[in-house]
Amino acid sequence: MSTNPSLAASDTTEESAPRPRIGEWIIENLIRLAGLSTVVIIGLIFLFLLREGGPTFLDIPLRQLFGSRWYPIEGIFGLLPLIVGSLLVTVGAVFIAVPLGLITAIYLGEIAPPWQREILKPLIEMLAGIPSIVLGFLGWVALAPLIQNAGAATGLTAFTGAVILAYMSLPTIISISEDALYAVPKEYRDGALAIGATQWQTIWRVVLPAARSGIVIAVMLGIGRAIGETMAVMLVTGNAANIPALSGGMIFEPVRTMTATIAAEMGEVAQGSLHYNTLFGIGIVLFIITFAINSLAGRIVGTRGARRTGGKL
Amino acid sequence: MNRQQTNRLAMALITGVAILVVVPIVLVILFVLYNGIGAINWEFITAAPRNGMREGGIWPALLGTIFLTFGTAIISFPLAIGAAIYLSEYAADNRMTRMVRLAIVNLAGIPSIVYGLFGLGAFVLFLEFGTSILAGSLTLGLLTLPVVISTAEEAIASVPQQFRTVSLSLGATRWQTIRHQVLPHALPGILTGVILGLGRAAGETAPILFTVAAFYLPNLPHSIFDQTMALPYHLYVISTQVPGMPLEIQYGTALVLLLIVLSLTLVATFVRTSMRRRREW
Repeated sequence: MSTNPSLAASDTTEESAPRPRIGEWIIENLIRLAGLSTVVIIGLIFLFLLREGGPTFLDIPLRQLFGSRWYPIEGIFGLLPLIVGSLLVTVGAVFIAVPLGLITAIYLGEIAPPWQREILKPLIEMLAGIPSIVLGFLGWVALAPLIQNAGAATGLTAFTGAVILAYMSLPTIISISEDALYAVPKEYRDGALAIGATQWQTIWRVVLPAARSGIVIAVMLGIGRAIGETMAVMLVTGNAANIPALSGGMIFEPVRTMTATIAAEMGEVAQGSLHYNTLFGIGIVLFIITFAINSLAGRIVGTRGARRTGGKL
Repeated sequence: MNRQQTNRLAMALITGVAILVVVPIVLVILFVLYNGIGAINWEFITAAPRNGMREGGIWPALLGTIFLTFGTAIISFPLAIGAAIYLSEYAADNRMTRMVRLAIVNLAGIPSIVYGLFGLGAFVLFLEFGTSILAGSLTLGLLTLPVVISTAEEAIASVPQQFRTVSLSLGATRWQTIRHQVLPHALPGILTGVILGLGRAAGETAPILFTVAAFYLPNLPHSIFDQTMALPYHLYVISTQVPGMPLEIQYGTALVLLLIVLSLTLVATFVRTSMRRRREW
C-alpha cells in the first residue's frame, strides 16, 4: 500500500542514486496522521463530554433526571421539558421543511430549465450561508411580532422556532434530495414517458420511488441539522423550561430546547457544580442523538457513495 | 379531471412551492439590507461601541471575527488538506478508511453548541488556554474540518487518473505525483472548500460562546491568549441583552455579518464555476 510496485522496480534499475526518501516518508505519514486525526477528534469530543458530563448520570437519580421539572436553582434537573422542547421544535420544522424541500428539489431536478437552475442553486447555497444568529435576529424582531399579531399569547413559541429551523434545514434537504433524484437513471424517465405517462406520473410513480433511500437520508440529515441548532432557536422559542399541555395548540406555547439551555446557562454556572455537569450531560444526549442519525444515514450513503464517485470520474 | 389536467395542476403547484421557498431568501437579504444600510458609515465600521454599546461602531467585534477567521484557517487548512489527500490518494478500501469516513460524516453532524462544550472542556479548561482567541480558533477549526475535507477530497478525486498514471510512469514518486500533478489541478476546488469553511466559521455563535467571545471589551486583544469580541456574539448581545438598543444598530450589525459571510460564499461559488469553465479535460 505504501510504495507503488512499478516505482520500486524503477529504483533498482536506475543508475543515478535515488532521491533521499526520508522527507517523503515523513510527509506520507503526516498525511496518514491527518486522516486518522478525524477519528481521534471525534473520540476526544466524546471523552471530554463524558469527563465533564458523566457525573450527571451518576449523581442525579434517574427518576429525577427523566422528571418533568427543570429548576437548576433548587437543584432539580429533570431533562424532560428540554427534550420535549427540542422534539416539538424539530418535528414542527420537519413537517414544514420536508414537503417544501422535496418539492423544490423536484422542481430543480425535473422541471426547471438550466438557466433557472443556475440562478436558484446559488440562491439556496446562500440561504445555507446565512448565519443562524442573523435568522434568529430576524425571527426575534420581525417574525415573532407577526405571530403575536396573528393571535398567539406571545410571538416567542415553538412554532416560531419551527419556522426558522425549517428554513435553515431547507438547503440540506433540497441538495441531498436533488442528488437522490439526479442518481435515478435517465432511462427510467425515458421509459415512462415513452409508454405515454405524463411528466407528473413519471415523477410520482417512477422517479420518486427510485430515489426513496436518498430522500430518507435527506430527511434524516434535516432532522439532525434542526435538533442541533442553537442560536436561532434560543432567540425565538421563548425559553420557558416547562412542558406545554398536550393539545393542538401546544406548538404555540413557549418552549426551551436542549441546545438553548446549554447556551443560556453555561455562562452562569460554577465550574464543577452539578448544574455545570448536567449541561455537559445534555451535550452527551445531543451527541448521541446526532451520532445515531448520522451513522445511520452514513451507512446508507456508504453503499451508494462508490457508485456516485465512479460515475463522476 | 383527466391526467393531462392533473399533470398541469401538479406542475403548477410544484413551481408555486419552489417560488415560495426561494422568494423569502431574497426577501430576507433585502430586508436586512433595507433596514441596516442606514446605520453603515465609516464610523460604524471603525469605531468602538460607546455609551453601553448604544452608540458608536462595531470595530472590536469586526476585528475579533477577522482574527478568529484567520485562526480557523490556520488550524483547519493543513489538517483538512492532509485528510483529503489521505482519503483520495492513500486510503485503501479497508476498515480504517471506513472509520475515517464515518468520523467525518459524524463530525459534520455534531451540533455547533457541542463543539462549544468540547472547546470549553478541552481547550479552555484542560489545556488551560483560558477563554482566548486560541481556544476559539481551535474550536472553530475543528468545526469546519468536515466541510473543507469533503470539498477538497472531491476536488482531488476529480483530477483524471491518467495524470497520475503518466506521472508515475515517468518515474515520479507517489508524493511527487501528488505534489506536482494532482494538487495544482485540485487547488481551486480545495480553495472553494476552505472559503466555504471560513464563511461558516465567521458566522457561528454557539461554538465561541464559552471559548472566546466577550460581552464587551474596552481594549483590543493583544495576543492569542486574550478574549475578543466577535460579530455574531455581538449581534446576539445587542439584540437581546441590552435594553434600549437602537434598532438601526442591530440591523446594521446583522447586515455587516451577513455581507461578510455571503461574500465568502459568493467568492467560493465563483472560484468553483470559473474552475469548471477552465477545466481542460
